Amino acid sequence: MTEREVVSRAAGLPGRTFLGYPRPDGRVGVRNHVLVVPTVICSAVVAERIAASIAPVGAALPHLAGCGQLGPDMTLTHDTLAAYCGHPNVGAVIVVALGCEQVVAQRLADEARRREKPAAVIAIQTEGGTVRATEKGIAVAKEMAAGLAGATRQVCDAASLIVSVKCGGSDYTSGLASNPAVGRVADRLVDAGGAVVLGEIAEIMGAEHLLAARAASSAAATSLLRVVSRVEAEAMALGLDIRGTQPSPGNIRGGLTTIEEKSLGATHKAGERTRLEDVVGYAAPITKRGLTVMDTPGLDVESVTGMVGGGAQVVLFTTGLGTPTGNPIAPVLKITGNSRTAETMADNIDVDVSGVIVNREPLDAAAGRLFDAMVETCSGRPTAAERLGHREFAIYRRNPTF
Amino acid sequence: MNPAIVISASDNVATALESLEPGAVVQAGDVTLTVVDRIPRGHKVALAHIARGDRVVKYGSPIGTASADIAPGAHVHTHNVASTRGRGDLA
Repeated sequence: MTEREVVSRAAGLPGRTFLGYPRPDGRVGVRNHVLVVPTVICSAVVAERIAASIAPVGAALPHLAGCGQLGPDMTLTHDTLAAYCGHPNVGAVIVVALGCEQVVAQRLADEARRREKPAAVIAIQTEGGTVRATEKGIAVAKEMAAGLAGATRQVCDAASLIVSVKCGGSDYTSGLASNPAVGRVADRLVDAGGAVVLGEIAEIMGAEHLLAARAASSAAATSLLRVVSRVEAEAMALGLDIRGTQPSPGNIRGGLTTIEEKSLGATHKAGERTRLEDVVGYAAPITKRGLTVMDTPGLDVESVTGMVGGGAQVVLFTTGLGTPTGNPIAPVLKITGNSRTAETMADNIDVDVSGVIVNREPLDAAAGRLFDAMVETCSGRPTAAERLGHREFAIYRRNPTF
Repeated sequence: MNPAIVISASDNVATALESLEPGAVVQAGDVTLTVVDRIPRGHKVALAHIARGDRVVKYGSPIGTASADIAPGAHVHTHNVASTRGRGDLA
């Protein structure tokens, strides 16, 4: 389907449906990638070359981990990679191993097969080096891509969506226009039966009282307050003022004075009336409809990586100053409320809601345009980040490398 | 377009939507005030006197504590507002 056909077909659908890929596990994909997963940093280049041979269907997950990790970090790496192998935006999986690393290639392939996706393992040491492993991988990748090419999109309910909400490069316009517009999309989606995930615990600091007051259960409220306290304690243990990284120097130039102010603007993304249903760990499965908070850092790429790992199929990412971040398997829409950024970084911006500030565009109208853009994106229209090849991926880690 | 916007009725700061120069008289919500500092676009201006130690309020919630007395119309930013969160430097 061409981009024009996608848009015209999607435009004819009722507002709560999109054209997706229903999966045997009941989830719905908005993309149909062949995922090429290196188990370890040592096999990342081979994985990237294999994925590039079938661009843009091929998506590699180059990362810095997979060995030299102990305990929780090793588990997190394994679980995050496995979550991507099982993700509904992925139609087939190639695991590229070195051969002596800690991450178990077979376990990743099994996660894909468990969800009835074709999966293959290629080990560089077994194949006999870079050239042979790459050649074999490319042959398998072309076969898998040909297999996926026959899949057709079907009409799916927006209730099947898990939408990640994220902000980066925030300025004063984020809290006034783009985050409230995303929040209204979140409210509408949850009303329709969908799910929303908010990460970035450091950027809830100062606004946790508002989310806790909307918790569906006292357990959810307690979990939220506990995770925010833990992150604040970790920052304080360094003996420094968090200001300088939260807010960042660019946030401060943009008019944000304290983390409390940044957080109060940032949490608008999660809607005004969504109920907080659950608090989950990094890249852990998002199982509830409504609002889930995920324990991720504020750093954009680690945060988006975790929320997509949790099952989000699409990311609504607001930016005041402008930022290019994408994801290997999930479309990331960039939304700005800053009219200058909409012009100066037009390449990177999908939806301009600056009219809310400069032309008195009603917030509901801006949110309506954004909801439509999200649905069209889920039906296959590429985002700016996808067109530009932005596929940033980074797994959160807490401990030293050994 | 209003040059300054007040988000919540309990706020004691407004956000400048364009740069404001000292001497400018602006309407911000229900308040008419004379700007006393240069306020860069997107930065905050005090709607009323905020005493050192008082809460600075935006979005109807505290965003920090005044670290100096702030006059109506003055620039409100890192030079006169301290965060109360994540302050390992004070621990």
